[in-house]
Amino acid sequence: MRSILTLSLVFSTIRLATPLVWAAIGGLYSERSGVVNIALEGLMLAGAFTAAAVTFYTHSPWAGLGGAMGAAALMASVLAVACIRFKANEVVAGTGINILFLGLPAVLSGALFLSSGSTPQIPKEDLLPTLAQLVPIASQWRILSDVSVMSLLALLVVVLTSYVLYRTPFGLRLRSVGENPEAADAAGVRVNRIRYVSVALSGVLAGVGGAYLSIGQSSLFTRNMTAGRGFIALAALIFGKWRPVQTMLACLLFGFADALTIQMQGVAKLPSGEDVPVQFIQMIPYLVTIVVLAGFIGQSRAPGALGVPYDKES
Amino acid sequence: MTFLRELLFPLIAVLCAFLVGAIVVLFIGDSPVETYRLLLGSAFSWPDGIGYTLFFATPLIFTGLAVAVALRGGLLNIGAEGQLYVAAFATAWVGIKLASFPAVLLVPLCCVAAIAAGAVWGAIPGLLKARFGSHEVINTIMLNFIAVALVGYLTQYHYRIPGDPIMESAPIGNAAHIARLGRFVPGLPERIPLNFAFLLALLASWLVYVLLWKTKWGYEIRATGQNPAAAEYGGVSIRRQVVLTMAISGALAGMVGINEVLGYRYRYYDGFSDNYGFTGIAVALLGRNHPLGVIVAALLFAVLQRGGVPVDAFTQLVSKDIVLILQALVILFVAAEAMFRRSGRRWQGAGGSSGQATAPGKI
Amino acid sequence: MTLELRGITKRFGAVLANDHLDITIPSGTIHAIVGENGAGKSTAMRIAYGFYTADSGDILVDGQVREIRAPRDAIALGIGMVHQHFMLVRPMTVTENIVLGAEPGSAVSLDLRKAAASIRALSEEFKLAVDPDATIENLSVGQQQRVELLKALYRRAGLLILDEPTAVLTPQEVDEFFGILRRMRDQGKTVIIITHKLSEVLAISDDVTVMRDGRVVGNVKTSDTTAAQLARLMVGREVLLRVEKPPARPGPIVLSVKDLSIGGHDGARRLEQVSFDVRGGEIVGVAGVEGNGQTELIEALAGLLPESRVSGSISFSGRDIRPLDARHRREAGIAHVPEDRHRRGLLLEFSLAENVILGVHYRAPAVRGMGAVLLNRPGIQQRVDLVIREFDVRPPDPSLPARALSGGNQQKLIIGREFELPPILLLISQPTRGVDIGAIEFIHRKIVAMRDAGCAVLLVSAELEEVTALADRLLVMHNGHIAGEVDPARATHEQIGMLMTGGHAPSGVEGHS
Repeated sequence: MRSILTLSLVFSTIRLATPLVWAAIGGLYSERSGVVNIALEGLMLAGAFTAAAVTFYTHSPWAGLGGAMGAAALMASVLAVACIRFKANEVVAGTGINILFLGLPAVLSGALFLSSGSTPQIPKEDLLPTLAQLVPIASQWRILSDVSVMSLLALLVVVLTSYVLYRTPFGLRLRSVGENPEAADAAGVRVNRIRYVSVALSGVLAGVGGAYLSIGQSSLFTRNMTAGRGFIALAALIFGKWRPVQTMLACLLFGFADALTIQMQGVAKLPSGEDVPVQFIQMIPYLVTIVVLAGFIGQSRAPGALGVPYDKES
Repeated sequence: MTFLRELLFPLIAVLCAFLVGAIVVLFIGDSPVETYRLLLGSAFSWPDGIGYTLFFATPLIFTGLAVAVALRGGLLNIGAEGQLYVAAFATAWVGIKLASFPAVLLVPLCCVAAIAAGAVWGAIPGLLKARFGSHEVINTIMLNFIAVALVGYLTQYHYRIPGDPIMESAPIGNAAHIARLGRFVPGLPERIPLNFAFLLALLASWLVYVLLWKTKWGYEIRATGQNPAAAEYGGVSIRRQVVLTMAISGALAGMVGINEVLGYRYRYYDGFSDNYGFTGIAVALLGRNHPLGVIVAALLFAVLQRGGVPVDAFTQLVSKDIVLILQALVILFVAAEAMFRRSGRRWQGAGGSSGQATAPGKI
Repeated sequence: MTLELRGITKRFGAVLANDHLDITIPSGTIHAIVGENGAGKSTAMRIAYGFYTADSGDILVDGQVREIRAPRDAIALGIGMVHQHFMLVRPMTVTENIVLGAEPGSAVSLDLRKAAASIRALSEEFKLAVDPDATIENLSVGQQQRVELLKALYRRAGLLILDEPTAVLTPQEVDEFFGILRRMRDQGKTVIIITHKLSEVLAISDDVTVMRDGRVVGNVKTSDTTAAQLARLMVGREVLLRVEKPPARPGPIVLSVKDLSIGGHDGARRLEQVSFDVRGGEIVGVAGVEGNGQTELIEALAGLLPESRVSGSISFSGRDIRPLDARHRREAGIAHVPEDRHRRGLLLEFSLAENVILGVHYRAPAVRGMGAVLLNRPGIQQRVDLVIREFDVRPPDPSLPARALSGGNQQKLIIGREFELPPILLLISQPTRGVDIGAIEFIHRKIVAMRDAGCAVLLVSAELEEVTALADRLLVMHNGHIAGEVDPARATHEQIGMLMTGGHAPSGVEGHS
């Protein structure tokens, strides 16, 4: 076991938690304004695919990132329109988006790249940079070469979100809309407009999380590459009581579980000396999610109006 | 009048979905007309078209019923995929272990195994919700991943024939086979896998209808789905109801295993499910959570699935994933059905008056 | 500031809520708008505040036609509204609630200290004492109302619309509240108060507009009119303001509650050592402002609270029913008319027939056949026809969804369902909330009839008029305790009000238990 607990575990944790943080904070904006966002998975996939495709053509990860943000924001807006304007059940509509992105990337990549679902490999220099690449002088420090710039930005986003939520008028209004939209409306706040904005924002952030997966952590998009991370991010959000810093910590916890999983593969042994079958190790993040959800849902206080479309003429 | 309206909404949803799908195809650079002709055309030939379509419809009816019953009870069961995998493996296991039993005993036992395994796998998220309040959407999705891993492990390490490169189990005993309909229907060759499980699916639909509207149990399921506080006031134990509803839902999803293992491959074949679980959601929503609607919607999606093969093969750029896209669009348009309502009804949700998912709850 | 509604019409689906309304509110007065539930008074004022948009008609502020499409617009014109159900964000502080939508500071930085300072100043000016840093959750109802008033005043409202403001106040708090209103009027503000309580109209208002069925049917100076006249205008006919009730003939004790305590989610006790008895053939009333434990009391008796929260003993016809769940308590003969009929009492999307069997759906006559599993259509049909007939439910169509009925008819359906069990003990909570006067009279008569047939009745109501008229014995609750028991025929509202706030009633009023 000693060989498992090394410094690399810490970096792995950061690396694996990063997409979760982006997605979970995105979900935070949406859910704090009262709109359940089950579609984080699909939005991440949208971001991942778009980033890979755009980066492949433009050779610029920043263009890819921009494309990811745009595409995911667009899809999130579709979700927003369905739920806010047309009063669709948020969970059902979100599930629709998720299923859409099981199929759409495959069809598009089939057309663009004549492949069965993956985008072509992207050369290393075109991927999202690590910190070391951005700050060349400090390449001796491992942390700067192992950690992507997106991880640092994720931390900044968490801090920024904390500030926005609790110290700006926008944040105050957003929170009020999520707790009691009628009260917010009575006070003159534009409830639906805030919800549209917050859902679009969740798309932008989740899209970045997906982009990190395809052009930051690896170098291409493969079918269904998020493998449930969008849902794990949602679980982290609940675990983190819908608060920015706590959510980030929850994501780190899940990242740690994931990192442990990878370290253990091929290393962990049963008492008999055989390897632990890979499938059991693969199950770990999902089991952890279930356990976390079960243990903490009762103590979590969700935004009061979460999941209830605002319809004043009823 | 309401019946007509109930019929109209799904129709419009399907048309809208096809419209957007056509735009996607155009965007890729292929011909929507050609694509749709292939998609829809191949389902109606005899015997292959109709035979395969009905065969594809069978698992969709089961998962559609599963999701529909759950929705009627106010729950969203995204775990049909995991439930059917576990059930399929269970039924194969019984078919292998008890292969020496006579058919008259073995077939029912295998069926019971499928139903029981699906029920258990469905009851787990039900218990988690009842006991801890954690939402079934996330738990069922997690259990899907876990189920696939679990069953994969069992197949790879314990039930595969050594030397077989394919991830599949040993074959089940001959006595466990279910007859193909080709044996009884003139003109239908037995190579087409349409089997008695299809009739079982129709039977299950009728039983679900009776359960939901003719029995006190169904009343309790529907009442809980409509308004849990009122159901509780009426003496229903909500916790028990949640577990029961998820178990029934899982059991229905599990019956897919009967079709797959006992009627088609005669073994457990890893990864056999072509997104049946997720398609079941679209089927249930399109079918307005009513068994009759589920059958019709399942047939529609089976037609699409059958058409996916020639689309893959004969178009330049479109792959059979276009079917997934159409399904997702159907889900979105059905969910947004307020679009079609003019009188501004207050109640929204999957299927409107014919069952709604619980207020998404705190997730 | 003057307000005028001209030709305002508003339709909700099939319901015509406002029908060519013409209302004029002169400046600097306290103006009451009265009408029964469903008369359209709230709708009209919500249109004035921008919550709804009228289908046709004009709103004139200070003589000029104005477009009011959202509360934003109304606020900009100086119109403020305090709603019947407070529009407060519970986990946020007083300051945050008051400044929401009108935040001081810049777009990127909230200046809450400046806000708190302005709020303290306003508080002083209008004598509305409140702690700017307190969280709404921790405030009493009276304090929350002050926050609502401050919200409007913070935005410099010249016209204040108050929707049923005294619904949640004790008689003493009502007097305080009226003082605040008079102070505002004297400062030049115009106050509109929507209410159905005629005694209060006569006490506080300068003018009254009476509405019925979406139209204005009368406009008088308060000093020129009486309660009886207003009631007649409201209903369109002579109204029996007090129910005819023969004296009670109580039998043996049916319900005996001893030292009942109920814990809340946060650990605080909702009910503290409550003890009382109810006999067959008598109506025991429970008066008190909502939120003092009445809800929990009824839910505990009906078996709807988790056992872990309840301690003490509940004995029904001599046996301990604590171990019984809701289903078995109903079977034993305890009926329950819940306080929130939409939440607890009805399955709105289900038909009347399916609603009528709620609670008895698993036994005969609702089921028949093999193992009593299949629903029994003819049996259910018989039952629903009986209830519709005996309880005057309209429209009398068992296949309609419950949603399609008016509040009064929904309530009659529920009452019919519960009364036909037939029960030995009847738990009724807020029986006539949101119900029109015709149905109110009917429901009151039916309750008395049940009592006379030997049923034991426990009646909880926040409407003092109702509970003093119907009850044979009256318990008053405050803060989870029974503050006292009085004889409803002799106690005055002031005396009961004292108990409701935790004071003591003068001797001579206590009933005999």
